[in-house]
Amino acid sequence: MRVIESGIGELIQIPDMNAFREWNRTQKSRKLVDKLMTEQEAIRRFVYDGCYIGTELYGTVRCPMSLVREVIRQGIKDLRVAGQGVTELDLWLAAGIVKTLDITYIGLEVYGVSSALRRAVESGQVEKVVEWSNGGISWRFKAAAMGVPFLPVRSMLGSDTFKYSAAKIVECPFTGEKVALLPALILDVGLIHVHRADRYGNCQIEGITGFALEMARASKRLIISAEEIVPTEEIRRYPDRTVIPYYLVDAVVHAPFGSHPGEMAYRYCRDEPEIKAWVEASKTEEGARAYLKEWVYDLPDHQAYLKKVGRERLDRLVEGRERRE
Amino acid sequence: MSEERYNPTELLICTASRLMEDEVTAFIGTGIPMLAAALAQRRQAPNLIPIFEFGGTGAILEDLPMAVGEARTFHKGLAASGICDIMETAARGFIDYGFLGGAQIDPYGNLNSTIIGPRHHPPKVRLPGSGGANDVGSLCWRTIIIIRHSRRTFVPKVDFITTPGYLTGPGAREEAGLPPGTGPLYVVSTLALLGFDEESKRMKLLKTQPGVTVDQVVAETGFELIIPSQIETNEPPSDEELRILREEVDRQRLYI
Repeated sequence: MRVIESGIGELIQIPDMNAFREWNRTQKSRKLVDKLMTEQEAIRRFVYDGCYIGTELYGTVRCPMSLVREVIRQGIKDLRVAGQGVTELDLWLAAGIVKTLDITYIGLEVYGVSSALRRAVESGQVEKVVEWSNGGISWRFKAAAMGVPFLPVRSMLGSDTFKYSAAKIVECPFTGEKVALLPALILDVGLIHVHRADRYGNCQIEGITGFALEMARASKRLIISAEEIVPTEEIRRYPDRTVIPYYLVDAVVHAPFGSHPGEMAYRYCRDEPEIKAWVEASKTEEGARAYLKEWVYDLPDHQAYLKKVGRERLDRLVEGRERRE
Repeated sequence: MSEERYNPTELLICTASRLMEDEVTAFIGTGIPMLAAALAQRRQAPNLIPIFEFGGTGAILEDLPMAVGEARTFHKGLAASGICDIMETAARGFIDYGFLGGAQIDPYGNLNSTIIGPRHHPPKVRLPGSGGANDVGSLCWRTIIIIRHSRRTFVPKVDFITTPGYLTGPGAREEAGLPPGTGPLYVVSTLALLGFDEESKRMKLLKTQPGVTVDQVVAETGFELIIPSQIETNEPPSDEELRILREEVDRQRLYI
């Protein structure tokens, strides 16, 4: 297969599938063991300086925000981050802990461009930026999930998004047409928030699944936070709803309202005033720093965070949830 | 534009909404496309199937989503899957239209939403990046671009091709390996409705927005447009469209 063109972006980690198989054989237990622990313990045990890390889904939707805040609280730095984000990657960027980005989209959706991203990237504080599309990065996780080193796709062709990526264009050996090869992306650590999990890490999600299935299978270490911890009998009653089986999971954290200020389908809606508070605060470096102090550094854990948000406000978010009518 | 019955956002929404057909699949992004789709579902296209990148298919847009992944993107929907399923659906040719925006557009409909300035890193201005836009522009059958009109947005050459339009002209998409028969169909702007010339694939003026002259469109465009001899004026938003938009679609005035 002839390589016609190579993207000039850096391939942050070589997709070594034999090493990944070996890792999954030796480092991932098949035992049904209790993995329930706190945010502090999960992050302390599995997240480290310079690790290649990703979060799912994104910022305001089913996002593991309690884990994201704990990463900042523990002073972990030089992260290599894959993916797309809204408030979660904004917090990491504002905290100055991101060194390398496989970026698809970082912005504030309806509220526009991310000021935290602009400051961190335009100043050169983020040292490397590699471009991908949302489909592209999801297919890279999918390739790892399939246990293959790359996937051929018909996206990103002809664009600068390709040029500044680490993809390659080849001639298809069957049809002769050009296709883009996306390298598999194996994360050191994945963070995913779900509706319910048992103590072993069997996970169930309601509503859209984003790229949870693919990322869970592409992560060497996987930390799950869950709105609810359920008995395994409950999982066994609805095994068809399990999308992440326990053996993929290294830690299970009970995090009610773990996606706040984002939403959780059928449980609570997003907290618009709190999202706007970040949008405003993050416009300046000082504002972002003050926000991080108030909502992350000055609070010991997620329980203290929820207490600060307040029961009344959380009840309102539950009231505003999407309902199955 | 001199009329004060509606604002530029409402004009963009109504113009885009009229292009949405019934019983088609359309890839919908945040903002104006959502409002246009919600309006179209209440008028000519009750069975328009909105598709959202993170997995929502066939939602009934009773309340406006604020994000492309939130629960309203599958409210009373037909399916809630994930991003790979949606992008693969587009790759197999099941998604008829895609709606796109950007900070810059060039004569071939190439779009930039990544950086402003000549250098990729560190850039003068960092924008969000592709998100799903590149996939939509590559894989949906036809795309419709919604963008505010000025010489800053309509530029001879975009600083960065985030999302491919017709690239460098006729045959360039196919040469790059993109599926044949795809590419931008319309550009909906605050000053005009534009299309692309069949032969040259360059942008062509189709209609001016109400109260806007051809000279104004030309003056606000940073490259040479193809101007046919006959140019009609787009119908302004009707009272009924504005009523639905304000009283039903965006009751809380989040966007308009």
